[in-house]
Amino acid sequence: MKNKPETETIERAAPWLPPRQTVTLTINETEMQLQLEPWTSLLDLLREHLHLTGTKKGCDHGQCGACTILLDGKRINSCLTLAVMHDGSDITTIEGLAKGEELHPVQQAFIDHDAFQCGYCTPGQICSTIGLINEGKAKTLDDIRDLMSGNICRCGAYSNIVKVVQEALERSKAK
Amino acid sequence: MRTDYIGKPTNRVDGRLKVTGGAKYAAEFHVPGLLYGYVVSSEIARGNIAEIDTNEALQLEGVLQVLTHENRPPSAWFDKSYQDEDSPPGSPFRPLYNSEIQFSQQPIALVVAETFEAARYGATLVKVVYEEAPHTTDLKANRAQAYTPKKYKSTPPPDSRGDVDAAFASAAVKVEQEYTHPSEHHNPMEMHASTAIWEEDGTLTVYDKTQSVKNSQNYISQIFGLSSKEALVISPFVGGAFGSGLRPQYQLFLAVMAALEMKRSVRVVLTRQQMFSFGHRPATVQHFQLGCAADGTLQAVRQEAFAETSKFEDYSENVVVWPNTLYKSENAAFDHKLISLDVYTPLDMRAPGGSTGLFALESAMDELAAAAGIDPVELRLKNYTEEDQSNNAPFSSKELRECYRQGAERFGWHKRNPEARSMKEGHQLIGWGMATGAWEAKQQQASAKALLTPDGKLTVSSATADIGTGTYTVMTQIAAEALGLPLEDVTFKLGDSALPEAPLEGGSWTVSSVGSAVKQVCDSVGEKLLKLARKVENSPFATASFEEVTFADGELRLKSDASKALAVTRILQEREVNAIEEEVTSKPASEQKNYAPYSHSAAFVEVKVDEDLGTIKVTRVVSAIAGGRIINTKTAKSQILGGVVWGIGMALEEESLMDNTFGRFMNHNLAEYHVPVNADIPDIDVIFVEEHDDIVNPLGAKGLGEIGIVGVAPAIANAVYHATGKRIRELPITLDKVM
Repeated sequence: MKNKPETETIERAAPWLPPRQTVTLTINETEMQLQLEPWTSLLDLLREHLHLTGTKKGCDHGQCGACTILLDGKRINSCLTLAVMHDGSDITTIEGLAKGEELHPVQQAFIDHDAFQCGYCTPGQICSTIGLINEGKAKTLDDIRDLMSGNICRCGAYSNIVKVVQEALERSKAK
Repeated sequence: MRTDYIGKPTNRVDGRLKVTGGAKYAAEFHVPGLLYGYVVSSEIARGNIAEIDTNEALQLEGVLQVLTHENRPPSAWFDKSYQDEDSPPGSPFRPLYNSEIQFSQQPIALVVAETFEAARYGATLVKVVYEEAPHTTDLKANRAQAYTPKKYKSTPPPDSRGDVDAAFASAAVKVEQEYTHPSEHHNPMEMHASTAIWEEDGTLTVYDKTQSVKNSQNYISQIFGLSSKEALVISPFVGGAFGSGLRPQYQLFLAVMAALEMKRSVRVVLTRQQMFSFGHRPATVQHFQLGCAADGTLQAVRQEAFAETSKFEDYSENVVVWPNTLYKSENAAFDHKLISLDVYTPLDMRAPGGSTGLFALESAMDELAAAAGIDPVELRLKNYTEEDQSNNAPFSSKELRECYRQGAERFGWHKRNPEARSMKEGHQLIGWGMATGAWEAKQQQASAKALLTPDGKLTVSSATADIGTGTYTVMTQIAAEALGLPLEDVTFKLGDSALPEAPLEGGSWTVSSVGSAVKQVCDSVGEKLLKLARKVENSPFATASFEEVTFADGELRLKSDASKALAVTRILQEREVNAIEEEVTSKPASEQKNYAPYSHSAAFVEVKVDEDLGTIKVTRVVSAIAGGRIINTKTAKSQILGGVVWGIGMALEEESLMDNTFGRFMNHNLAEYHVPVNADIPDIDVIFVEEHDDIVNPLGAKGLGEIGIVGVAPAIANAVYHATGKRIRELPITLDKVM
């Protein structure tokens, strides 16, 4: 007969916190060295540690797109990734798009087309629009609607958002 | 410079803040030393907490406190202290009050820690032993227990008239059916959050997600015995609400309790899962009888609603009032019963009662039209009513006929083949459906303050909210036009409990109520300016009355001769006035009581249904709206677009699925609770029909937050019938139901 496994006799350890790690990130063109616990999501780093609250939390599960940011130019859900995984990365959030007083053309187009109401999904929609243009995959109106479907807008501004994306796509083609 | 802003498409004045990330929502205010509260939710739907062990959580580094019913600081005892402006009759839920569990996901503990992650981890370490009791969560299985509430939260069912049984029995054409829709959740993009800042003098500044800072302030004041100076509530931006912020939600209670207990600043943000734990559109079954003569004249209307409520409050909404508002009938009977379940109390959700009642009424009318062989628009025109039969009051204005006419024309309705399943494009069955919408256009009492300084800058304020509706923008437009000032020189402030009283931001009444107060307060500033102007040397206004002058392009002018003018800034400077400050309370005029104020709409929809797969796609929508005077055609259109999107969600997607075994909404996340995404939304054509109304309020504007949704779901259901020949009476209309 086997002995009882040893683990049963070991008392359950007290809950512990993970040790911090050093990470270097460039956020909106500013390089910063951060001491981070590995369980901190990129989204929580932005919002709670750096107070860059323009990036929104709408579900924390990658289901709504409100936390979309640009990581090395690509759009990602910042809630679905841990900050420590991105040592050396270049991150652009909604706060980093305008050049001083001058808005990014996509930001201005969101205002002109009234492509938002409450404004909560808007930073994600704007970053997603820029990411979509960078991807170069969208060709048709249906493509736009499909490829913008990761960003939920509960206020229902979709038809105006589509106008912004169409405009941005045409602008990028003209370049 | 042109300062006539009303009726013009105007960009949102808060647009720049919203596109740059500068707009701050309730969870985004930071102070050093801020603590994080994470809510532990009940895993059972009814019973008791036998044991709650917080030791392990408290051992975690960074966790400072775990508040439960066992160790919470004292709060108010009495039910009435927990009542708020939107409470239904009954006993409001009291968080952490005792060991009783009244609904699944009930908050049972708050873990407070130095970081969000530690609080979240700590919450998983709280050990709870429950004593489960049997729960009841199935609406249909409990229909026999339906009861008439002692008191309705809503308008009580209208009186019956005539003899419905006899008229229905002898009617040439009849429809008798039941229509059902499930529970739905608001799911604004921003999750409910409160940040309670503990100030050095022991007072609290609370940033809360709410549709009424005053309501939140009164709630915490009553419960925690704080004066209005000891607890300020601030809410400059709200990331959508749709009714979810009409009542103070439990994160507010918990954040304030924790801040008072710990004498520290505390933030509590709910998770998306917890957004399914307070308030929803109640699942409702409606029984309808409609009978008409062969020519379509309605002879009998019976509507009975069976709606869910909680065991502790009797929630009801205006489900059975709509037939009286829309269609003439000599015989009618209405009833509205409740079925109490072990769920949280339902909560007003965009067009509460209207979305529900009109889905059933407008589906039944479509069935009647099909049975009588009459065009659906014709049937509605045939029974058009010029008065609200609930109180025999004439409408303050009603351009619904124009909605039908312009909507049908834009849509191309005359090309519709009335036969169901008659229009096809390859494998796609094409269906065209329409429905009517109506919503109340109420004015409530509201106050506003205005401050005009010699540099020509005007600040107007009221404790209302902007939940995305455009309040900041339209109030700025109204104020700027009233005093003829450039938009850039006018600031509108809201969302601060120290500002003048405003009603809850809901019911589509904000423009009507707060807008009227803004207009009135600016007019009183204008009268003061005129008095000052009369004293200016060689004043052209020496004998002018207020009716004889106007403000435009930065000037006070004589209406009869625009060249007789004085700049507003010059009047103030010449008279050496430091500022003009006025505050008013605007009340609805008494003559409004003699009229029925409603906005109306007609929705026309095209759907394509895949013959083989049953997939349904809305491909075209025309929504014609009679909403009185439109203040801002740009934001107004957005309101209607949003309403249409909500109608599409209601018709085809949204359903909070109750797992009756556990008494829990099982799809409590945005992956499984489907709301429309970009790919679901087609081109939407919005028409604002011209409508003049001097009665509804001084602005003649009716409010647009809800009229956009109400007709859309039934129009889609009717289009699906027209496409497939299948009448789906249970929302949402999913592919399995049409196959």
